[in-house]
Amino acid sequence: MQQTNRLKPFFENINFEREDNTMVVNFGPQHPSAHGQLRLMLELQGEEVLKATPDIGYLHRGIEKMGENMTYNEFLPTTDRMDYIASSSNNYGYALAIEKLLGIEAPRRAEVIRTMLIELNRIISHLFWLATHALDVGAMSIFLYAFREREYAMDLMEDYCGARLTHSAVRIGGVPLDLPKNWTEDLLKFTQTLESQIPIYEGLLTKNRIWKMRLENVGVIPEEMAKSWGVTGVALRGSGVKWDLRKEMPYGIYAELDFDIPISDKCDSYGRYKCYMQEMYESSKILKQLIPMYKDSDTQLMAHNPEYISAPKEEIMTQNYSLMQHFVLVTQGMRPPVGEVYVATESPKGELGFYIVSDGSAYAYKLKCRAPSFFHTGLLTDLLPGHQLADVVTIIGSLNIVFGEIDR
Amino acid sequence: MRSYTPKDDVQQKAYYKDRFFVKPPVPKSDIANDEIFSKDLNSIKNIVNILDSYVEVEHLVLVINPEDNYKVISYLNKSLNYDFLVELTAVDYIAKRGGFEIIYELLSTSKRKRIRVKTFIKFSETIQSVEPLFRMADWSEREMFDMYGVKVINHPNLRRILMPNDWAGHPLLKTYPLHGDETGSWYEIDKIFGKDAREVVGPELRDSACVERYDTDRFARLGHEVSKGTPISQGNEPDTPIRYQEEGGVKLFGKKLVTPFDEIETVHLKQRK
Repeated sequence: MQQTNRLKPFFENINFEREDNTMVVNFGPQHPSAHGQLRLMLELQGEEVLKATPDIGYLHRGIEKMGENMTYNEFLPTTDRMDYIASSSNNYGYALAIEKLLGIEAPRRAEVIRTMLIELNRIISHLFWLATHALDVGAMSIFLYAFREREYAMDLMEDYCGARLTHSAVRIGGVPLDLPKNWTEDLLKFTQTLESQIPIYEGLLTKNRIWKMRLENVGVIPEEMAKSWGVTGVALRGSGVKWDLRKEMPYGIYAELDFDIPISDKCDSYGRYKCYMQEMYESSKILKQLIPMYKDSDTQLMAHNPEYISAPKEEIMTQNYSLMQHFVLVTQGMRPPVGEVYVATESPKGELGFYIVSDGSAYAYKLKCRAPSFFHTGLLTDLLPGHQLADVVTIIGSLNIVFGEIDR
Repeated sequence: MRSYTPKDDVQQKAYYKDRFFVKPPVPKSDIANDEIFSKDLNSIKNIVNILDSYVEVEHLVLVINPEDNYKVISYLNKSLNYDFLVELTAVDYIAKRGGFEIIYELLSTSKRKRIRVKTFIKFSETIQSVEPLFRMADWSEREMFDMYGVKVINHPNLRRILMPNDWAGHPLLKTYPLHGDETGSWYEIDKIFGKDAREVVGPELRDSACVERYDTDRFARLGHEVSKGTPISQGNEPDTPIRYQEEGGVKLFGKKLVTPFDEIETVHLKQRK
């Protein structure tokens, strides 16, 4: 009899060999292809998966609880730690939600810089996905190529904000800094390099027989299943639904930008792979359009709203009242209006939403983060049965899940 | 006198209270301005009793009775084309109103509109699961149960999802402290060594900035560097003076910063000799 208050391996409770010849395998939580801390309990008949039970929570840090105990500006760097592959997207989603709550808008230059950052981050995230997914499936060299380009993109990020992974480069009401000298030239150079490199990746993979055999007709998500599970992002577009928030419910300056939404009606991992590759071209296209927009814009970087946002440095240093307001905002935090807001943005993983209830105090009454990967992981329950054990890795890879945002 | 902290809400509070501060509300617009929303609202009013409805930050908000939740979500999904349930969560109003507010966020990809359905349940009440309509509610309701303890009926598998199965308490309740309650902070110790070991182990040292003065294994004092593990608690620590460029201590050779190696002045070598 196992004592409940003693730590013993729980595997003892599972019958590994059963009478009906099924076997239970624990996939993770330390499996290299689990993309973090995913424990999958797979019931196998031979090599076929009969039942899959994802078990999450190994990276739970209580970020939502922290959000309720921190002032709004304090919490922003914490959002980096959710989807740590694309932290600017988290920052942006959070900042946009608070801005909608306050009823303010970031100035145009700030919005252009933010869009540059999140699109660059989308490229970083997609390159990371490509590298790790290909590595999981068995293609080693693509990992090195994709990571090389990702390094260049992260160098650009570092030039802007000093950080490579957890950027915190967006503020509520704008951005803190203007772009450094020659950054736009470097960005242009990067987009050109990227666009010349993606065909090389595709040349390695798209018509590769092994790649096609591993991905085609593996992990087919029908449209109904995708909608029922709240699947968004590339996984939804790979299932033939043309739904991208940047295009369909535009926020920021996306309405002015010209880009396409790649979709695939194959619904399988191969279709999703094609969408990812195409999206990198589209992001690169957006970045190139943003450079002239940046040059045409006014130099203001933070929204002017002294009630919620600190005044510019010059004003703080010269005007007494601005200094007082700044002091109050820093020591006590901003107090947004009483109300609720749900704002969704298209992060590289899918629909990233922040539901915030404000009771008019400096601390959020409730902060809920709608993480796309959470539902993509839940989908595995219905998606995996019927597949081979070797396909499990492909499917997990093609869904692009990141455990920082699943467990929060 | 010690300041009073309410037991029913242990969340962080602002220490400063502005008596004359009037909290402004988020502006709510009229539903009649939005054609799609007013149409949807009229159509759903025929089905169930809507307690309140307004448009807030581009969302139509419907407040309904808790027993109607399945009916409303089903109608929105099947008849009004709200094909995504994007989010499902609870808000803890136990201290203020004695229960939870349950939130359903729906999205229509054909209309490009979002609806928020809100309902209020008492602390002891349960809510019907919407899992037969949307599979994602399976995990969302599990998370809601895990974080708030909201009991969902007709749910296929109502277990904890993020916290361990044998965890006590629900972390997102306002009564739950940020650093965890007593069972939470002793969870691993209780499990591995048993409750008796609490006294032996002692409370967890959470101060990551704590520097122990005499611990030469983990810390080195600037100007008093000694070899690792040297016992210095008796006050027998040697003095290693810091040398500065201005005093001619550190010399620059070419472009590289090089500290000339002085055998006689080096404490360690002296000891070894």
